[in-house]
Amino acid sequence: MERPAWAPRSIDITVPSVSRIYDYYLGGSHNFEVDREAARKAMEFMPGLPKIMQANRAFMRRAVRFAAGEGITQFLDIGSGIPTFGNVHEVAQAARPGTRVVYVDHDPVAVAHSHAVLAGNEDADVVAADLRKPQEILSSHQVERLIDLNRPVALLLVAILHFVEDADDPYAAVAELSDALAPGSLLILTHASYEGIPLSPERAEGAVDVYKDIRNPLIMRSREEIARFFEGYDMVEPGLVPMPRWRPESAPEDEDPYAFSGFAGVGRTA
Amino acid sequence: MTAEPDGPEDRLRRFATIWSRAVFPVTSTSLTRPEFEEQLLPLARRLSGALRTRSFDADEAKAVGAALIGAHCTDPEALTRTLDCVDAYLVLYCGEDGPQEELRMRSSRLQHAMAAGFAQALRERTLGEQEAIAQAALRAQGVVAQALHATEARFRAVFEGAAIGIGIADLDGNVLQVNGALLRMFGGSEQSVRGRNVMEWTHPEDAPQTWRLYDELVRGDRDHYHVEKAFNRPDGTVLWTNLTVSLLRDADGNPQYQLALMEDTTERRLLNLRLRYEATHDALTGLPNRTLFFERLEKALNAAEGQRFGLCYLDLDGFKTINDSLGHAAGDRLLVEVADRLQSCATAPGEMVARLGGDEFVALTTGPATESEVDDLAERIMNALVTPIRIDGRELLVRGSIGIVEGPAGERTPAEVLRSADITMYRAKSAGGNRSELADPEADARAITRHGLTTALPAALDRGEFFIEYQPLVHLGDGSVRGAEALVRWLHPQHGVLGPDRFIPLAEHTGLIVPLGRWVLEESVRQAREWRERHGEQTDSGPLRINVNLSPCQLTHPGLVQDTVDILERLGVQPDSLCLEVTESALIGADDDLLKPLRRLAEMGVDIALDDFGTGYSNLANLRRLPVSILKLDRSFTQSMQQFPADPVDLKIVEGIVSLAHSLDLAVTVEGVETGAQAEQLRILGCDTAQGWYYARPGPPERLHDLALVDATG
Repeated sequence: MERPAWAPRSIDITVPSVSRIYDYYLGGSHNFEVDREAARKAMEFMPGLPKIMQANRAFMRRAVRFAAGEGITQFLDIGSGIPTFGNVHEVAQAARPGTRVVYVDHDPVAVAHSHAVLAGNEDADVVAADLRKPQEILSSHQVERLIDLNRPVALLLVAILHFVEDADDPYAAVAELSDALAPGSLLILTHASYEGIPLSPERAEGAVDVYKDIRNPLIMRSREEIARFFEGYDMVEPGLVPMPRWRPESAPEDEDPYAFSGFAGVGRTA
Repeated sequence: MTAEPDGPEDRLRRFATIWSRAVFPVTSTSLTRPEFEEQLLPLARRLSGALRTRSFDADEAKAVGAALIGAHCTDPEALTRTLDCVDAYLVLYCGEDGPQEELRMRSSRLQHAMAAGFAQALRERTLGEQEAIAQAALRAQGVVAQALHATEARFRAVFEGAAIGIGIADLDGNVLQVNGALLRMFGGSEQSVRGRNVMEWTHPEDAPQTWRLYDELVRGDRDHYHVEKAFNRPDGTVLWTNLTVSLLRDADGNPQYQLALMEDTTERRLLNLRLRYEATHDALTGLPNRTLFFERLEKALNAAEGQRFGLCYLDLDGFKTINDSLGHAAGDRLLVEVADRLQSCATAPGEMVARLGGDEFVALTTGPATESEVDDLAERIMNALVTPIRIDGRELLVRGSIGIVEGPAGERTPAEVLRSADITMYRAKSAGGNRSELADPEADARAITRHGLTTALPAALDRGEFFIEYQPLVHLGDGSVRGAEALVRWLHPQHGVLGPDRFIPLAEHTGLIVPLGRWVLEESVRQAREWRERHGEQTDSGPLRINVNLSPCQLTHPGLVQDTVDILERLGVQPDSLCLEVTESALIGADDDLLKPLRRLAEMGVDIALDDFGTGYSNLANLRRLPVSILKLDRSFTQSMQQFPADPVDLKIVEGIVSLAHSLDLAVTVEGVETGAQAEQLRILGCDTAQGWYYARPGPPERLHDLALVDATG
């Protein structure tokens, strides 16, 4: 009788959504004025926010290609948001046709849009579920259909864990997901942090406050705290680093200073 | 494709590199710059071709502008930088050796076309994406709405189908919604519930906290409460419910509605009341029963200082006779009438009448002034019984004995009070009945000793606290010992040796007399066998005989004959060595059923002696049909013979009785012989045997042995 965790009381497009804000940062138009207003307000404090998002996308692209190179053919992308371009299934299926991808998001609009984008793609699907309830993800019929948990999986938690408050115990959620993964699986993760932002913490806090105002608090964690998500994993070289420094394909020095905000890393299960 | 240095291809690449360097920082692509440059190279090639083609075609440039959007260069800055780049470098790197004027003009037109193509594509893409996201939002709304609809439909089904009554009201108490079950509880009419205000539903039986809890809830200080609550139905009947009220809050935690869940407990409550009534009332008279009386008495005894209680314990006199003679139905009707009359005696607050069972009733009065009230109450009860009760056309005179206990609260337990009342009532009864007595601690103490002895009796038998003394029976003619009467004693651990008068009535009362009597019989017969073994089978005048007393209760016990036979057989003693003594009073009015066991014993050879002859209503005519062989003359006849000369009237009486007995073939034994003169007198009067202190006090069996020896040698 309980309302499914993902289903909000109603879809209120007058409330900003982090996935549509993200889309706006990436130059997309999958967003509404409320999203753009919030995004512009955050950008008043951190004009380079789009560059951070772009760095996230670029890291994800490199990491997915790395995973494909490691022979992984199953991807579970939690917090996938609004698919715009350079999505996991595009990158992974380009590297290796037939690679299977399951996207997970708790924003019903993002999920509906993903459905439209993935229409006709037999090897990719989307689940409406919440990272805070890992069992709902693991037991979803989409995961059951596309992902064989007895074989290695690449689990992507890109730019999502910083939206999970400590009260909701993100570490436990990650551990529960990790426990379900076969040896040789990869955890691909990025996380926001005050470390690396080319601004005074006070200004960065202004942007953080915008997220607090839209009831999607941004939880900035230290490198040490972020590293704890990889407990039980062997870090893949070069470890937990600013995004442009993770296996760069062009000189990191050419990157925008904002791209160095936060951390990225890939771990492998033993 | 390898490019010849500074050849057209190399120059085209250099243009693409410059272009990508200019635009890359303002794109949002996830590609690296070299990858991005690879994307721009074909576009550069198309621009280059369009610049130099024979028939100028602006559409190519439009397509290039549109392709920039495809490469995610959606930022207008990307167009500015592209146009700057084309303006500055396209002719330079791709114009080859064409006419400069013409090339510059074409470049300019290409830029216009690119801008238009970019703008159009951006517009298309923007509109497309806006459309896509709007569609997604709509679909998501549809999915959520559907899920909500399904959930709501399920909730509605639960709401409507629930057996429990559910109602929702706002915080002002206005009823907004109720389900069918709740409507049915209220009698089914909509207007009796919907649109009403919760506050109207006060009821005289509302618990004191009911509305305080309500106020706390609507104020938001309490999230739920649970009460038993009554409601008035429109038809005037009362609905009893188990009511749970919960506060519903909005997403921000502000109180919004109150939700009531109610369970109809009317039937259950009625049933409980009835069960409670039945458990606490006497079915025959409808009076409170022992349980309820004890509850009230306990309450009265636990009352605050200064409070007192008064209790009248009534037992009808001779009720058993009425029951026996008129039958139980008449007895019951009598009790009902008595109950009604008693009830009218105790109508003041704090007064009650209860039936404890049988014909025992109690009336209780409580309060500060019971010292005087309780006497009035007893008087009212006595007066209420004065008028005869008419049953089956007969006027029955009913009398009762009342024991009154009065005192302050907080000193005694209900059991103590009731025992005192019971004892006092018996005192009234033994004083002749039809009166009331006030409890007296000393009388209570005596009775309580009796009570203590009664309760100690069974264990005493188990622990072997009883023993038997023997008093010799002596032949008056030759002074020989012919036997002995067995007299039971109790060696009580606290009270010392107790005679049979102290405990036999108690044993009679509790029924313990049967096992005790059996024990006495067995011990005595065993003793008789021992004597026989010592002195041989016979004395000169027959076997040494043992006399054992039978109480009335033993007499009616169905096992009497069998027990006696068993004991005699087991111990190998002849029946003629045993004499059973039965009191005259026990045989008054005895019918054949009662005499049958005695006859059987007599037929077997057991002697039956009629004890205490002359104390009761000595029905001489009756003597004939009793299976008796010995008369034991009561000591009152022989007392006067202790003096000399004896009372001639007494002498005549004894002489008459002896003569009568002998003519009926009965031997005569006299008790209480204390002097030689007495013994001599009785011998002259013709008595056969005697017992008394003159010969020996009751003593241990060895003493009799000595006496018998003396007798034998003397």
